[in-house]
Amino acid sequence: MAKQEHDPISGTATTGHEWDGIKELNTPIPKWWVYVFYATIIWAAGYWVFYPSWPTLTGYLKGTLGYSSRGEVRSEMAAAAEARKVWLDRFKGASVQQIAADPKLRTYAMAGGAVAFKDNCAPCHQAGGAGAVAYPTLADDEWLWGGTLDDIQATITHGIRWSQDSGTRVSEMPKFGTDKLLDAKQIDQVADYVVALAAGGKADALPGKAIYAEQCVACHGEGGVGMQAVGAPALNNKIWLYNGTKDGIVAQIKAPKHGVMPAWGGRLDETTIKQLAVYVHALGGGK
Amino acid sequence: MTDLAPPPSPPGAPPTAARKKKKGAASLYAAHEKVHPRQVSGRFRTIKWVVDVVLVGFFLVCPWLRWDRGPGVPDQAILLDMAGRRGYLLDVEIWPQEVYYLTGVLILGAIGLFLATALLGRVWCGFTCIQTVFTDIFQWIEYRIEGDRAARQKLDAGPWTLGKIARKTVKTILWLVVSLIVSHTWLIYFNDAPTATRAVLDGSASAEFYGYLALFAGTTFLLAGYAREQVCIYMCPWPRFQAAMFDEDSLIVTYETWRGEPRGPARAGQAFEGRGHCVDCTMCIQVCPTGIDIRDGSQLACIGCGLCIDACDQIMTRVGLPPGLITYDSTANQVARSKGEPTRVRLVRPRTVLYAGVMVAVLTVMVAALVLRSRFDVNVLHERSPLFVTMSDGSIRNGYTVKVLNMDRGPHSFALTTEGVAGARLSVIGHGAGDGAGVDLPVEGDSVGTFRVYVSAEGGARSRALAFVVTERSSGHTRRYETIFAGP
Repeated sequence: MAKQEHDPISGTATTGHEWDGIKELNTPIPKWWVYVFYATIIWAAGYWVFYPSWPTLTGYLKGTLGYSSRGEVRSEMAAAAEARKVWLDRFKGASVQQIAADPKLRTYAMAGGAVAFKDNCAPCHQAGGAGAVAYPTLADDEWLWGGTLDDIQATITHGIRWSQDSGTRVSEMPKFGTDKLLDAKQIDQVADYVVALAAGGKADALPGKAIYAEQCVACHGEGGVGMQAVGAPALNNKIWLYNGTKDGIVAQIKAPKHGVMPAWGGRLDETTIKQLAVYVHALGGGK
Repeated sequence: MTDLAPPPSPPGAPPTAARKKKKGAASLYAAHEKVHPRQVSGRFRTIKWVVDVVLVGFFLVCPWLRWDRGPGVPDQAILLDMAGRRGYLLDVEIWPQEVYYLTGVLILGAIGLFLATALLGRVWCGFTCIQTVFTDIFQWIEYRIEGDRAARQKLDAGPWTLGKIARKTVKTILWLVVSLIVSHTWLIYFNDAPTATRAVLDGSASAEFYGYLALFAGTTFLLAGYAREQVCIYMCPWPRFQAAMFDEDSLIVTYETWRGEPRGPARAGQAFEGRGHCVDCTMCIQVCPTGIDIRDGSQLACIGCGLCIDACDQIMTRVGLPPGLITYDSTANQVARSKGEPTRVRLVRPRTVLYAGVMVAVLTVMVAALVLRSRFDVNVLHERSPLFVTMSDGSIRNGYTVKVLNMDRGPHSFALTTEGVAGARLSVIGHGAGDGAGVDLPVEGDSVGTFRVYVSAEGGARSRALAFVVTERSSGHTRRYETIFAGP
């Protein structure tokens, strides 16, 4: 080894490297730092033994402790399911009315229902059941298919116009325009009548009344009160699923749009649907 | 110490063979020199003992005092129940949102510190600070086991004999015992004292409790046993700015330079004419808990404990000179004394009057706030999704969550009404709808009642100001909460 060179001013040894006449002084890192570094090496060796570490051709070394992050998640999920089981068992044996009436069950159902709602329902019905055009608001006081706990449970379980579920509820409004059941003038008149119904104004004198009595009253009822058995919306109020202007009403009479809701009976288990029913009922519109 | 560095060689000159290793490089860190304070007796030592006993006694006894608050409520006179989120001080009960009382106490403490420092110098540091008190106790144990200053120095310098090991072990064990008692006492201000103590002793306390016990015992052991004066000199921020509280009339521990200098050793029969009264016995340095020389003048490391005064007075008496060469006096008086002018103690000064005034003001505000405080509070959350709902009759409905905090022990009934939106109709799930009189909300004692509230009104402006007014039925106290009524 070459003779160690020292910096003439400080007397510190140099590393022997020189850049543009400047020599680097050899100032070693502190001893404690080196020892900590050695300790981390020893730690790493121990880690390889105890924890999953090196890949092999067919898998990986599992480590003596048998730890895996997925296994940990699995056991935590199992523990959570075990903790929920007590409540879910009680939900199984109880009707939605019983759940809603029992403060403890209700609190649990509201919490569980809120989570299930966000996961499954909020994409269409919006957070808190705020609703959107073509997706009914669940927080107001009008229900297409009924707003009791049982109605809500049935709707969630079987869906609306969901052909894969035999229990689903179906209804269809005739295409008065497309199928030429009414001519354009009649549609215009009956739309005027519906606008007047909704505004609560004088509708009786309108020529559309006779057409309404002939074509619409069977489902939408006398005076536009609606009929929940067939999902016919009330026409005599301020809540509109599509468009409450005259143009919107004309469009709906000509070629009606029909909403479809999937049946959740096969996707969610019974207890989740019960929790959802209790939650939706409590959004502000439950009957 | 190393020799001075040799003169630098001219640049480019080959290094001399003699220069084997770096020389003269100053270390950035000064090695710690252990302070071995000598035991002393006298006026200030007695005051310190009395203060130590009173403060430590108060600290140890307080959590064991009981205070009956009725069934189901902790009966500890002073308790900070973190899990139950309540603070108890005799009949005063503090909820988490009332933590500003604690702020008030801290402000009082800070101004009190300013006032005490302006009047009497660093009395807090020298007599009442927790670091000083526990260091005192630890040093007293050390003194009983290892002997006084000279014996301890000899012991520390000597080899590890059996006797030394025994003494050091006994001392460490006693320190640990004291640390554990201190730590446990601190913890039982936050837990029921008898329950927690029993749990600790029979091993059934939680791992957290044992962890905190070890933490606070460890810090007490370390700070009072080993760090000692280094806490005051290097860690504590207070000495850094306490100089701003002093003025020339503050009473501080001071050395009478005009009388003591020039100093020199006293010999038997020697007269003191033509020289100072300081006999340079270094007793003031030996007894100093921070190891400083007070004769260098007022300094950051002086905690103002006055032990050097005790030490010096003994020596002065022995050599037949008047005591008070080191004394508790103001800078102004020292100047006056040196000129032979009359001295005076000025306790009432603009600074002290100001501090006292602020203290009285803060205290008044705090007491008034405590006496007049209402035992209920209201929080309202406006529903955000949906922000509003259009009802079938065209009206707009907003949802709110109203929380009524009943901080009283008994149940109360509260009337809920709204203000600000004309024709607003109120309904509370499970509690009916409200006409002019409002809806009754019953809330159990010492709990928070949560209510789901709907307000309906005719559609109109996008957003209107709405206020909920909650009136406690029996007392008539009201709380107002401003929120909004959203519309399309």
